[in-house]
Amino acid sequence: MIIGQSGSGKSVLTKCIVGLHQPDQGEVLFDGQNFLQLPLEEKKEIRKNIGMLFQASALFDSMTVEENISFPLRMFTNNTAGEIKNRVDECLERVNLVGKNDLYPGETSGGMQKRIGIARAIAMKPAYLFCDEPNSGLDPQTAIVIDNLIHEITYEMDITTIVITHDMNSVIEIGDHIMFVYKGKKWWSGDKQDILRSKNNELNDFVYASKFMKTLREKLSS
Amino acid sequence: MQEIDSIGLSSIGIVALMSVFMGAVIALQTASNMDSPLLPAYTVGFTARQSIILEFSPTIIALILAGKVGSNIASEIGTMRVTEQIDALDIMGVNSAAYLILPKVLAGLFIFPFLITISMFLGIFGGWFVCISTGVVSSNDYIYGIQYDFQPFDVFYALIKTVIFAFIITTVASYHGYFAKGSALEVGRSSTKAVVYSSILILIFNYIVTQLLLI
Repeated sequence: MIIGQSGSGKSVLTKCIVGLHQPDQGEVLFDGQNFLQLPLEEKKEIRKNIGMLFQASALFDSMTVEENISFPLRMFTNNTAGEIKNRVDECLERVNLVGKNDLYPGETSGGMQKRIGIARAIAMKPAYLFCDEPNSGLDPQTAIVIDNLIHEITYEMDITTIVITHDMNSVIEIGDHIMFVYKGKKWWSGDKQDILRSKNNELNDFVYASKFMKTLREKLSS
Repeated sequence: MQEIDSIGLSSIGIVALMSVFMGAVIALQTASNMDSPLLPAYTVGFTARQSIILEFSPTIIALILAGKVGSNIASEIGTMRVTEQIDALDIMGVNSAAYLILPKVLAGLFIFPFLITISMFLGIFGGWFVCISTGVVSSNDYIYGIQYDFQPFDVFYALIKTVIFAFIITTVASYHGYFAKGSALEVGRSSTKAVVYSSILILIFNYIVTQLLLI
């Protein structure tokens, strides 16, 4: 998980990793290959292994749920219409949206849009899943549902998932390895257990900003 | 086909309405300004035809379409940009510019000449209708006027202009939409910019093409 305050550079970092932004310096390594220096065709091949859930879901407004999920399959595979339909149904079943094929994104709730976004992101069976603030704008219950869904999919599909968030509940719920970004730089990294005991001032200011987390710290220290 | 529908077919109504009324006004104004008895009555039909084919249909209708189609394209692509739909395409490995813009440009290049041809017919028809309904010129004189000294090259010239204007409208609008940044407010601004810049370019290229082809 990548955590940090708003404007600290989490989303920019992720967009640099997936190639949407060109970084000023540094390398982006995918399986040992420097992604930034690869020819366009090879970049395209790597991108087929990347799924991304955007902050606002980024579903195509003019397409139905089914068309949204099947879009990468139609673009990049030679699968038959039946095979694509089956894969769409599998993905929809996985995100608990069976039978919602013909809805348009505008006819669905924020939580459903996130789930459709996840279904689209996993349609191509990616090796890497990037989630940019997956539970922003959602009520606490739905946020937990989305967090758990991402967590389950990560282990079921055996993929590497990178979640960008500033929601400490998500970190506590589903975080494994955590990186704290501060003023555009990697400031701290470690496991979930370490974060609660860290002596890093900036990290502590961020982690224990809420009353709930302060109470948790007091309980832990006592 | 979807782009042809949204860019062209959905504009037929406004094009038809504009063309009929402008043709009618051109005919009436020409008739009302013909003070000399030495000018033959068919001048009304001749002037209406020349004005409509050479300038009104290709240029004025292109300016109208720059407003309608241009703002539509810019806001559609701009909304896709600010809602990260274009980023989603890029991440999937889709060439988003080619996927989104090329069909619009091709649809514009294909359908605009049809719209302008329809506009020419309806403009001339509007002139004829107002002439016979008000009696300023007889139907025979008007029809003789629109056939008098007809140069097929004029239509060719108008269609060349139309294709150039179609390219300007679709590419300028797509550019402003594709590079929109920020919020919904920026989408509105990019849409306005698209209309303003494409209108200015249409006027400049109208002059250049006229100079090249007619002088």
